[in-house]
Amino acid sequence: MTLPYVLVPRAVPARAMLWASPLLAIVLTVLAGALLFALMGQDPAQGLKVFLWDPLATRRGWSELGLKATPLILCAVGLAMCFRANVWNIGAEGQLIAGAIAGGGIALLATRDSTRMIVPAIVVAAALGGAAWASITAWLRDRFNANEILVSLMLVYVAQLLLAWLVHGVWKDPEGFGFPQSKLFESAARMPIVLAGTRLNIGFVLALVAAGALWLMLARMVIGFQLKVAGLAPLAARYAGFSERRLLWFALLLSGALAGIAGGIEATGPVGQLTPTISPGYGFAAIIVAFVGRLHPVGIVFASFVMALFYIGGELAQSRLGLPSALTGVYQGLLLFFLLACDTLIMYRPMRRKVMAVSA
Amino acid sequence: MNEVVALAAATLSAGTPLLLAAIGIVVSEKSGVVNLGIEGIMLVAAVAGFGAAHATGIAELGLVAGAAAGAALALLFAVLTLGLLTNQYATGLALALFGAGLSAFLGQSLQGESLATRGADGIPGLRDIPIFGPALFAQHWLVYFALLLVVAVAWFLSRTRAGLVLRAVGESPEAAHALGVPVRRIRMMALAFGGACAGLAGAFLSIIYTPLWSEGMVAGRGWIALALVVFATWRPARVVFGAYLFGGVTMLQFHLQGRGVDVPSQLLAMTPYLATIIVLALISRNPRWIRLNMPASLGKTFTPNT
Repeated sequence: MTLPYVLVPRAVPARAMLWASPLLAIVLTVLAGALLFALMGQDPAQGLKVFLWDPLATRRGWSELGLKATPLILCAVGLAMCFRANVWNIGAEGQLIAGAIAGGGIALLATRDSTRMIVPAIVVAAALGGAAWASITAWLRDRFNANEILVSLMLVYVAQLLLAWLVHGVWKDPEGFGFPQSKLFESAARMPIVLAGTRLNIGFVLALVAAGALWLMLARMVIGFQLKVAGLAPLAARYAGFSERRLLWFALLLSGALAGIAGGIEATGPVGQLTPTISPGYGFAAIIVAFVGRLHPVGIVFASFVMALFYIGGELAQSRLGLPSALTGVYQGLLLFFLLACDTLIMYRPMRRKVMAVSA
Repeated sequence: MNEVVALAAATLSAGTPLLLAAIGIVVSEKSGVVNLGIEGIMLVAAVAGFGAAHATGIAELGLVAGAAAGAALALLFAVLTLGLLTNQYATGLALALFGAGLSAFLGQSLQGESLATRGADGIPGLRDIPIFGPALFAQHWLVYFALLLVVAVAWFLSRTRAGLVLRAVGESPEAAHALGVPVRRIRMMALAFGGACAGLAGAFLSIIYTPLWSEGMVAGRGWIALALVVFATWRPARVVFGAYLFGGVTMLQFHLQGRGVDVPSQLLAMTPYLATIIVLALISRNPRWIRLNMPASLGKTFTPNT
């Protein structure tokens, strides 16, 4: 294995690459996507137009983009806090479902006479549901040292089955023709629409507020500083007396609550009832979003829009070009691969072997 | 009695994909690399294997295709983690997500297709023994191959020079590198072996176990296999025990459903996942127990030029 180039560690990380890398990764993903269209016998230009341009051509398209970005922002900003603290929570999907169950449970209590006051109750219940689900992971990690990657992921399957059990059983709509789904929520229990004529709801505003709040927290508050230090220099954090346990609980409860809110908003927003497949993998896509957004709330908002575009593009590619909508998943995976590869250039510099031999 | 026989047979069959994937993970991780993408590899291999078996009508060809697809994806992981020095955890997650997407994409047209029936299973002679025959010896040959593979891996790791070198690379890549051992090449081969095993496991699921392709059909078995290796503290013999234990838990759940036990199927279906969490918590409680056999450099990026 003698390649002409070797990777030499940089003395200081390349700051420019830190933000150039996600952009480069997005460009590479789009190019790979064009290649994929060509391989499937489609005109690449037409394919990319449907996938990346058409969703942005109308006002409705933009509102749908915001709608899909909402759960991604909420999940990803929470995950970013976890990843910064070196807590590998990859079960946001499960926490999202737990939030949908809790928030949906409150929404099912609504009657025709219910007022809008039920909306905050739904959001709070969803946050508590997601946080409770994440607390299982935190407790098992804290008390038993159990690997949080595996525990949080196993809990995704458990949450999916729990939701399936509820909508097949006690919460099944008696007038639903036997479909495993709850009754439709009363209109008072639906998330208020913020842009008339579209499906964009108050959840989008909440997501932006959450991203802003976390930005402030990271920049201005002690706990945010502790999170940053714990991730960058764990030994320094320990020496400074920052409690690892506190950060573990804080990061997991916060990200669980945010993912839970995403679930509650999804159930009482665009879906309008509880179904066994409440999320098309938003919790997993959010992992990619968090990395592409550089674990920074502002970056994550932008990355969420890119990822939302992939979701809508996949749907359009299916309806207009007859391609499998699973294309979205391929794009998502490719994006993270390209990002990781480009990130190499932050810490390392490719150098020609000959030059290195001389300088060494 | 018949029920015990059926349960034993079903346990062997259900434990095999876990066993195959887990023994591959043991080899990869003993070389110091953790590949969290096993679930994605199994999914792609399941669809590749099923597709090959469906197109050719030869199940064995499907298994080979699955193993090859698994090795190819593991090599992609190797290029990123060993060549471009990316973080192993993040890259593994990327592979898991990519595999889920790619398999759903490739498998869209295979959904609902079925395979031609295959010939009789089992070991001739032994399978005719009353009770023990149908319980233990009437399975597809891959079930027994998996056990042989475990024995071979155990022997390789503990009794051969190459196995010793592989473990040295996992314990201290710097020391191995200083001694002139090609660390990256060895890790690449260990990863490819792990990928091929996971691929075989995925193809077993779609070609022999189910046998059909449906989206997300691996249902977390790749992750359970990763957990299994931690429970087994990287020891092949314990991997066998763990894989069949989990195979048994899965099958017991189906048997209870079959007997009309009055517990909703969704709650019963949670048992393998809950069992994984509980066992993981119990085993992890004592960090020394885990660290005893854990490769010292597991998950750490190795940069040969420094």
